[in-house]
Amino acid sequence: MFSLLNIRVGFYLALRQLRRASLWTTGLIVFVMLLTFLNLVVVTGILVGLIEGINESYRTQYTGDVIISALSTKDYIEDTPSVLAFVKTLPQVSMLTERYQAGGTAEANYWNRTSNEKPNATGVQVIGINPVEEDAFTKLGSHIIEGSYLAEGDYDQILVGKYLLAKYAFGEQPGLTPLRDVSPGSKIRLTINGAVREVIVKGVVGSKIDLLAASVFLPAAELRTIMGRSDQNVKQIGIRLTPGSDPIAFKNLLLASGIGEKAKVQTFEDSIPNGVADIKNTFAMLGNGFSSIGLVVAAITIFIVIFINAITRRKFIGILKGIGISGRAIEISYIFQSLFYAIIGSAIGLVVLYGVLVPAVAAHPIDFPFSDGILVAPLFGTSVRILLLVLTTVIAGYLPARMIVRRNTLDSILGRN
Amino acid sequence: MIEVKNLVKSFKDGERETRVLKGINFSAKAGEFIAIMGRSGAGKSTLLYQMSLLDEPTSGEILINGKEAHLMSEHEKMLFRLSEFGYVFQDYALLPELTALENVALPLIMQGASRPAAEEKATAALTRVGLASRLGNLPSQLSGGEQQRVSISRAIAHEPDVLFADEPTANLDLESSATVMDIFKELHAAGQTIIMVTHEEEFARFAERVVKLDDGNIISDQPR
Repeated sequence: MFSLLNIRVGFYLALRQLRRASLWTTGLIVFVMLLTFLNLVVVTGILVGLIEGINESYRTQYTGDVIISALSTKDYIEDTPSVLAFVKTLPQVSMLTERYQAGGTAEANYWNRTSNEKPNATGVQVIGINPVEEDAFTKLGSHIIEGSYLAEGDYDQILVGKYLLAKYAFGEQPGLTPLRDVSPGSKIRLTINGAVREVIVKGVVGSKIDLLAASVFLPAAELRTIMGRSDQNVKQIGIRLTPGSDPIAFKNLLLASGIGEKAKVQTFEDSIPNGVADIKNTFAMLGNGFSSIGLVVAAITIFIVIFINAITRRKFIGILKGIGISGRAIEISYIFQSLFYAIIGSAIGLVVLYGVLVPAVAAHPIDFPFSDGILVAPLFGTSVRILLLVLTTVIAGYLPARMIVRRNTLDSILGRN
Repeated sequence: MIEVKNLVKSFKDGERETRVLKGINFSAKAGEFIAIMGRSGAGKSTLLYQMSLLDEPTSGEILINGKEAHLMSEHEKMLFRLSEFGYVFQDYALLPELTALENVALPLIMQGASRPAAEEKATAALTRVGLASRLGNLPSQLSGGEQQRVSISRAIAHEPDVLFADEPTANLDLESSATVMDIFKELHAAGQTIIMVTHEEEFARFAERVVKLDDGNIISDQPR
């Protein structure tokens, strides 16, 4: 019976046992609980954060919060000026960028190629940008790993994504023939819609977003000239919203205005390929799997700690029962001790997690090869994990205590087996 | 008060069965101070454990104030031990992480007393055995004699019907033993029923009745 009296006596005993226990032993058990807590939260958080990092990079480096792009049947957003004019009137918009886009071919070392030599060429996606606007929107300039970023007024100068260059491409990839011997200053022959332009590589874009790392950037005005376009219709408009604005609500607002008939309107999450969401779910499952192992390890640790504690105190447990202290009160004293370890471990874990790890990883994302990983630790998920840890610990503490308490009282007092 | 009829206690070790108590008949009246004596292995401690409900007899009856104790459930026995009995063990049996005051107060709290009330009673019991200045000391900070006096305080704080003592002086020097026996003498004078196991004649002299056991049988039961 978990009567109030048993709980009171259990608490009385537990408090005194904890207060007078070895500080080192208590510290070690709390440390194990802290590690278990971090294992539960951080492993999943980093695995999910790895994918979340891709999402976040996609949002900050490419799409913004909402992106308007050409319908799949069109090469551009119809009536772009009126779309832009409308969007700019909306108070939620803090910044936007416009991009032109065209398919083409880039060839290097063409001037010294012999007639029977295979061209050093590759198919590319060319993105026409306003360098100043784009840098303000996506900080593209900060992703230049070689050379320098485009300046306003640059002409016949391009930025090349690192995956288009053989020295940065990793391994042989079917269908991809990255350019060899190309560095800032190299001349490239760009062919778009049959128009050929000789340009100079000004910088190399080292973004972890594949789309950016496999594209060529040049000033929008020049791309429009090459494409022979005289209209102002762009392929994409990236929109960054003011803090606190809801991208879904904003998307719905645009669709309600009729823009959806002229263009595709997506939040950044909509625009991320489906595979990324699947990977995110897979990693979350993996994280939960690893965490479950951690939970079992924690349960076994607490079981062993309480079992050793109870077995070495078997005589005293016998004495307690002998003088009339109920077995249930003794069991509850061990439950309280387990609770103490779990709660203190989790509390320190919370401070470490939200006070140190989450801000530190947010400020300095983990440099994974394909993403800047962040630590995803939503409060609700963390609370559920704490609850799970506490429950597991209580059960793991109760079972060995019960095993010892149920032994014959006199045998325990006399140390008989 | 306590009546034991045909009490048998056997221990099994594989195929071999050892009879430690061989049909004991014994009774103790309220207010008596009884010393149970005998040489090692005579069965005196075993008899004490049966009477004090710390162990279960193989057969026979134990009547406490007319109640058939041998038929009680574990929970009933626990309640009986808590409220009606007091125990003094040979090795003091104090909880190491509880102070003298807490050791004595614990059974009172288990009986439902509030902490202040329990501590007040515990302080009175410890004062009675001359340990008023050692309330906050842990057992490890007390001498053997002092620990045994704490143990006696714990046993008497709730004013039990019977005080059971199993070789209470076995681990003590002569001076401490004398102190403990003086306390028992005072308690008995105040009307406390005491059943004490000892193998030392000089301490058995404090009792008013001496029961001698040999090979699981009572061989003498005489007033001193």
